[in-house]
Amino acid sequence: MSLLEIENLKLDIGGTPILKGIELKIEAGEIMGLVGESGSGKSMTALSVMRLLPEFAALSGRIGFNGLDLVKASEEDMCALRGDDIGMVFQEPMTALNPLKTIGEQVAEGIRLHTGANRTDAEGQARVMLQRVGLPPEKFALSRYPHELSGGQRQRVVIAIACALKPKLLIADEPTTALDVVLQAQILDLLRELVNENRMGMLLISHDLAVATEMADRITILRGGEVMETGDTAQTLSAQVRPYTRQLTQASLHVPERHKRVSATTSSSNESKPPLLSVKNVTKDYPGRRASLFEKPQTFRAVDNVSFTLGEGRSVALVGRSGCGKSTLARVILALEKSTSGSVAFRGEVVTGRDEAALRSARRDMQVVFQDPYGSFNPRRTVEWLVAEPLHLLDKKPGKAERRELIEHALHEVGLQPSDMHKYPHEFSGGQRQRISIARAIITRPKLVVADEPVSALDVSIRAQILDLFAHLNQKLGVAYIFITHDLTVARAITDEVMVMHEGRIVETGKTEEVLSHPQSDAARMLVEAAPDLHLALAKKMQEQG
Amino acid sequence: MTAYLLRRIVSGLVTLVVASIVVFSVLEVIPGDPARLMLGMNATDDAVQALRVQMGLDQGFLIRYFHWTGGLLTLDFGKSYTYSVPVGELIAERVTVSLPLALIALALSTAIAIPVGVFAAARRGKPADTISMAVAQVGVAIPNFWFALLLVYLFAVWLQLVPAGGFPGWQAGIGPALKALILPAIALALPQAAILARVSRSALIEVLGEDFIRMARAKGLSRNAALWRHALRNAMLPVLTILGLQFAFLLAGTVIIENVFYLPGVGRLVVQAINQRDLIVVESVVMLLVASVILINLLVDMAYAVVDPRLRTRA
Amino acid sequence: MSETATHRERGFLREAFANRSFATGTIITTLIVAMALLSFFWTPYDVTKLVVADRMLPPSWDHILGTDQFGRDVLSMIMVGARNSIAVALVAVGIGMGIGVPLGCWAAAKGGYIDDALMRANDVVFAFPALLSAIMITAVFGPGAINAIIAIGIFNIPVFARVARAGALSIRPREFVLAARAAGKGPMLITIEHILPNITTLLLVQGTIQFALGILAEASLSYLGLGAQPPMPSWGRMLFDAQTRMVVAPHLAIAPGMAIVFTVLGLNLIGDGLADLLDPKLRRRR
Repeated sequence: MSLLEIENLKLDIGGTPILKGIELKIEAGEIMGLVGESGSGKSMTALSVMRLLPEFAALSGRIGFNGLDLVKASEEDMCALRGDDIGMVFQEPMTALNPLKTIGEQVAEGIRLHTGANRTDAEGQARVMLQRVGLPPEKFALSRYPHELSGGQRQRVVIAIACALKPKLLIADEPTTALDVVLQAQILDLLRELVNENRMGMLLISHDLAVATEMADRITILRGGEVMETGDTAQTLSAQVRPYTRQLTQASLHVPERHKRVSATTSSSNESKPPLLSVKNVTKDYPGRRASLFEKPQTFRAVDNVSFTLGEGRSVALVGRSGCGKSTLARVILALEKSTSGSVAFRGEVVTGRDEAALRSARRDMQVVFQDPYGSFNPRRTVEWLVAEPLHLLDKKPGKAERRELIEHALHEVGLQPSDMHKYPHEFSGGQRQRISIARAIITRPKLVVADEPVSALDVSIRAQILDLFAHLNQKLGVAYIFITHDLTVARAITDEVMVMHEGRIVETGKTEEVLSHPQSDAARMLVEAAPDLHLALAKKMQEQG
Repeated sequence: MTAYLLRRIVSGLVTLVVASIVVFSVLEVIPGDPARLMLGMNATDDAVQALRVQMGLDQGFLIRYFHWTGGLLTLDFGKSYTYSVPVGELIAERVTVSLPLALIALALSTAIAIPVGVFAAARRGKPADTISMAVAQVGVAIPNFWFALLLVYLFAVWLQLVPAGGFPGWQAGIGPALKALILPAIALALPQAAILARVSRSALIEVLGEDFIRMARAKGLSRNAALWRHALRNAMLPVLTILGLQFAFLLAGTVIIENVFYLPGVGRLVVQAINQRDLIVVESVVMLLVASVILINLLVDMAYAVVDPRLRTRA
Repeated sequence: MSETATHRERGFLREAFANRSFATGTIITTLIVAMALLSFFWTPYDVTKLVVADRMLPPSWDHILGTDQFGRDVLSMIMVGARNSIAVALVAVGIGMGIGVPLGCWAAAKGGYIDDALMRANDVVFAFPALLSAIMITAVFGPGAINAIIAIGIFNIPVFARVARAGALSIRPREFVLAARAAGKGPMLITIEHILPNITTLLLVQGTIQFALGILAEASLSYLGLGAQPPMPSWGRMLFDAQTRMVVAPHLAIAPGMAIVFTVLGLNLIGDGLADLLDPKLRRRR
């Protein structure tokens, strides 16, 4: 008998079918990867096993665990199982811990509840467990509060809570999605070790096929609340029997077709022309908190003496761990933040320290695309209004007909219909919104577009399409890009050069392919090693699983 | 934590100083001639002149301001024009009525509201929740002085259980004195309790939706255990803020409730002083009330620091 | 931002009326306002006419709510009194919004010292128990409806300034504001085009709350004799007059109190409904 047997699991929430007959088995000591795009029902499957579903959820089918059917189990039985035989790790470590209780209390709580141990014994066990997850008591006392720990450390506490009683089954719902790649690699290693040590079964939920491939023995692919395919990871992903499996894998591996642009070479040969963008010794400090009322506040240096140049039509990636200063640098370049020192010159003109009126012509040729396809638009305006917003920068206001033509043209360029301009942003999907975002960025025919994590909030299949669009526009319009990304696959797919940023400094620059295959600096090497890579992971799994 | 509290204390003091300037300006500068305002239009010029000298109005604004604030600091509030006694004595006597009244009302309102809020939040969407929140909704809308009238009619006029008004003084004994304060305290407390119950409920419901509650449930805690052990303390943070604000409301409430029940408290004093244009009493009482609001806010900030470790370490 | 939150664009009113609080509150408030408007054209009796023979009559078919100590019809007085209550509270909210919202947006846009100074000034106003200060102001400038409006209005300013500032600060870091800045739009234009439309509901919720508090404050002031002056009928004054006649004519204390409760309840229900629509996370099932 398997550890967990899910049979014909159906879930309805308020009359909407969410799961439509899920079948899934996990053996002891096995990692099952559950992958799928957003809305496929991955998290709901996990919450069904935990029986922590929202109110008005109707569950049917069978979830066999430990000789019990969890679908029919009483609430008391479930309370006894949760945290004891089944542990769960959630996605968001910043909010998963009670801010008013110490980490010791929070780890010990489950131990005391299930084993009846007294406070001292439970705290002893908690100490051992925290040590095991990489938080040694001499550095991380039990009396610490969550806000004193970083995101990665908090996720370790969450794992300690989930694994404190050596559960038979561990459910991890996107456990590393909120962390940067380096932390992700560390947390995944920790999870794998814990599974091996205690012969736990693990249900690993991920939207990232590379992560699932690296980790899972077997994989289940979900779509729209149904299982598309299930089987050994290597076998399933290499054979790609089902069309959806194929589609998902291809999209994850997708690299847009790009031809070497002629102008790129000509511009570099034409030495006399100033580069499109030239950043010189830019530093940005933020005021920090005061340690006491009478001391000077400490400053936090987000960007530290950064210099680089960018030629016309070139595409450069700015990569680095979260908090390394990538986004701040982008905002300084876009003149949305003032730099503390240093200068940014655009087409040979210095833009730092200029007032808004003087910036108009630079702004016209320098636009931006943001990450969040939901937050990028004022929800109260139509697409027409939103896309036309940068036209504000034109010296000669276009007439009604001309304005309309410009909007239609921009929408056409990104693959949307002219009729879309009368709709509101909420009527579009995430991918379409990102297209609108791009349409807004290119309507003034800029020479440079700064894209801050433009595809990281998108599902893989959509991501592939948006990357194609960026590549297409680069060729057609000759627009140069600065791509800010934590995802090296994106950098590899779309950029000529890469700059690696670490603690505010640019530590390595070079041709994308070279830097990513032969990183020189420690920071770059750490990034490359930690980055999940589907090609490599698949090759490794193929060897293991034959 | 000390830096946090120090900052709060400094900002409280600044507020107090600015408030004193505002009170001084409103009562002594804007009216033009306070002596004329106090005596009315029919007073003789001689009488006005005499009062001007007595109040020191022949001196400049700044000197008067510093004289007044200096007096406040040494608890010398000046002399009441109508009562001809030091304002300090007058206030001290009246505070023995108002302070117990406000404290009883605050205790009563908290004791009713928080359990109701927790009860409703725990049974969210069930009939018990719907009914208690409908009652609270109506409670919020009831003006306290009207509620006081109804209480008087029911308990004093009809059932004759308690006096309809007046205060026998503490020297008459604790029993009769409390009996005179009980209706005013209820009249003050219940509408406030309605507000507080709604705030507690929504604060608790919001916390119950947090990730760490789901985490607690995943640890094996039952719904109720998660509520008591993890949600309640977090939900108390916004409730504390409202409690602080309510104290200001209660102080204002005592002004009107004391008039309904003819209680010789600070509130009745200030209304009488306003009617008699006894500005010295008015400005002293207003400053006293402002100072107590600032003090309460400071206490709330301290309570925050005790409950929330994030404030303790945020140096 | 979730799908449901942005959905409020379409058919906002339809969705709003599906909310039971909002619908009930709107019906109650509309009735009260209609009553006040009707009183300009018609009341059952003339409220300025004293009929000493009909003093303190209990409710009957001729006088549905009875008569007061001067023989005036209580229903007619309630209708006319509604005018006064609504006008005072509405104008006071107008003052608070008209001054507070621009101040709050300005503080949020400027930040730094201007923000600090404005917020400190807010703290000072908040340190005064509002009703007490209203009493103080009417005492210095004399009782009357206009001074009541000013007194209540002044204390609405920091409330709206605070709400507007908090709302603006939550909208400002959003990416669409950054995009607008990249499109060369200045702080003024961004406030008008992006921030205000997105904090309207927030301000409306606060508006209904302050409106309701204004009704209560006006009633308290008139009860103390500091609001509208006789012969202009006002609900608070009616309650004051009823108090001494409680034993002989308890009906006099019921109607004005109910009028206040219904008005405040109606407004609070609207506010609750709007808040529910604004924040689907807290949406309560009723």
